[in-house]
Amino acid sequence: MSDATFQRGPARLIDRFGGGVLQVLLILVAIFWLVPTLGLLVVSLRAEADNNSSGWWTLFAKPAQLTLENYGNLLASGFSSSFWNTVLITVPATLLVIGIAAMAAYAFAWIEFPGRDALFLVVIALLVVPVQIALIPIAKLYGAVGIFGSIAGVVLFHVAFGLPFAIFLLRNFFAGIPRELLEASRMDGAPEWRIFATVVFPLAKPAIASLGIFQFLWVWNDLLVALVYADTENQPMTKALQSQMRQFGTNIDILAPGAFLSLIIPLVLFFAFQRYFVQGLLAGSGK
Amino acid sequence: MAAPRARLGPSPAMAWVFLAPAVLLLAAWMVYPIVYSISRSVHDASGNAFVGLANYGAIFSDPATLVTIRNNIIWVVVAPLVVTVLGLIFAVLTERIRWATAFKLVLFMPMAVSLLAAGVIFRLVYEQDPDKGVANAIITTVQGVFSGDQGYPGARPRENDAAPAALREGAVVTKQQVQPGTPALIPLVGLSPDAVAGFTAARPAAAGPGLSGTIWIDTVRGGGGTVGAIDPQERGLAGVTVEAVEGDTVRAATRTEADGSFRFDELTSGSYLLRLPQSNFTASSTGVTWLGPALITPAIIGAYVWVWAGFAMVLIAAGLSAIPRDALEAARIDGATEWQVFRKITVPLLSPVLLVVFVTMIINVLKVFDLVFIIAPGSVQPDANVVALEMWRVSFGGGGNQGMGSALAIFLLLLVLPFMAFNIRRFRRDER
Repeated sequence: MSDATFQRGPARLIDRFGGGVLQVLLILVAIFWLVPTLGLLVVSLRAEADNNSSGWWTLFAKPAQLTLENYGNLLASGFSSSFWNTVLITVPATLLVIGIAAMAAYAFAWIEFPGRDALFLVVIALLVVPVQIALIPIAKLYGAVGIFGSIAGVVLFHVAFGLPFAIFLLRNFFAGIPRELLEASRMDGAPEWRIFATVVFPLAKPAIASLGIFQFLWVWNDLLVALVYADTENQPMTKALQSQMRQFGTNIDILAPGAFLSLIIPLVLFFAFQRYFVQGLLAGSGK
Repeated sequence: MAAPRARLGPSPAMAWVFLAPAVLLLAAWMVYPIVYSISRSVHDASGNAFVGLANYGAIFSDPATLVTIRNNIIWVVVAPLVVTVLGLIFAVLTERIRWATAFKLVLFMPMAVSLLAAGVIFRLVYEQDPDKGVANAIITTVQGVFSGDQGYPGARPRENDAAPAALREGAVVTKQQVQPGTPALIPLVGLSPDAVAGFTAARPAAAGPGLSGTIWIDTVRGGGGTVGAIDPQERGLAGVTVEAVEGDTVRAATRTEADGSFRFDELTSGSYLLRLPQSNFTASSTGVTWLGPALITPAIIGAYVWVWAGFAMVLIAAGLSAIPRDALEAARIDGATEWQVFRKITVPLLSPVLLVVFVTMIINVLKVFDLVFIIAPGSVQPDANVVALEMWRVSFGGGGNQGMGSALAIFLLLLVLPFMAFNIRRFRRDER
């Protein structure tokens, strides 16, 4: 007993002293991580003249600078259409990936067929294939089919490139579902699609939530695919903002609120579903 | 009775019904493009003429693409290492604080933000003007506190033949040689009397050995005063760097006192030109040119680390929580220091997780595109260029050479192949 206190005593003391330094250090790190985003928010809420004449941090001395003027101008300039394009691209691309990947993952996990393992290894190999490889060939393909520039083309591209990770994640989750649950249904003679829809799919909700939030963030935040395949009337927010970058200095009253609007929905989703986000991360790193 | 394998379940044909949509998409959007790109990469810009490996040769001979490859090497060497090490440090340190969840959330948050938004965020951070960019605002403030270096932008000598000093390449230099024993006078103008009203009155350097003199603002509010002489109301410039130059070499340097006087005690003979370097006349500090050609890649890597450190931290923290506490406690009770526990137990036990984080980061870094595209200003983009950006630029962004673009895409694919093998091996081991 006294031995243990002797051992612990000094360690505690050091811990307490070092603890204070550690707290301060980590608070500084946290501030360091928050300040850039805070800067964007404040800049988006200050008038152009204020941004040109003084740093955003002067806001804390003069809070009266706050104004929604930039947001008003941005929405009046037609930015809202690119917001809806982002939604129209992201929602179908997320739902399609979930549906298509869940079906494939079900086959990989619960149906025996020749070549199953080899095919799954192909899926794993495709995990790391860079999108650059498909940009030129798919542009040609879309041109030939007549969907170049359309929202459908962008959606299909995101679905295809989301599949390897989605199949990988869901297959691993499905494989962990107890065999008895499926076999009981199979004994009852339930058709395969019904087992999929009523037994496996509902059980997999956490994995599907992880996948859903990942795919949503990827598609919502994508710039490159939209840059190549979406024409101006179908462009999402990222592409619309990118086209303003050339005049960064003078366009900050458009860029700052636009960038902030584009990140607010992912941020809300992220805070609401962070548990699933972390689970998905743990299950699927390596992409 | 003993059927080799009693199987309950659907026929293999059923599998293909479930697989069909995924297989179709993967084949058309991923497998076919790989084949197409290989064939396209051995043709010229028009796509008609077969050029063999010439496009690949061009990647390694064109100076512009060589810069891209150099940058990619910097990225791969620096970014994954920094992200993994920071993630490890944060993961270990957060174990000891109560607000670990909040801390993790803050660091993790940039993962939800698009790289475009992150790019805009860091363009703001890196703005050159210390009144706009927070990075330079902090740097100039810290420099101002520690160096005491005073800047007098606008101060300059009079531009006439009678003036004893003149501007030369931004510096103020005396026209005549000066000798010890005769205090030099360097009158300046260009600062309004109001701006210098708070300064100490100028005074001639006290008599004595050594080269000496005075630097002051030779104007009086409302006019008057003698040009080239120190009048009672005129103010000295404190903290100005003065160099004594003999031929082309700087023999000595000093700073002016509050009253504008200076003295080189060590220079008791000879004759010198006095030079006030340009740094005296720029704003006290202009900060760092983050977005210039020299620092652009490190600056963008900084933004990248901001985005990804939280990811590394969360993965490593999960690995950390799986380490048996007993092993750590036992070592501590045996008298091991925290550092020894960390080096000898924590890190080895974490090595599988660290490897996964590191490899994930390498794969990710090889494809880095958005941050470079957004943060590097157009004029600096050639200096910041990376393979993934060059691939887009050459194929779609005005380059007009899809043969070259395909070669770059295949080059990227080749770069990730080892990690493809790594993933497959890891999967096979986990399944066993």
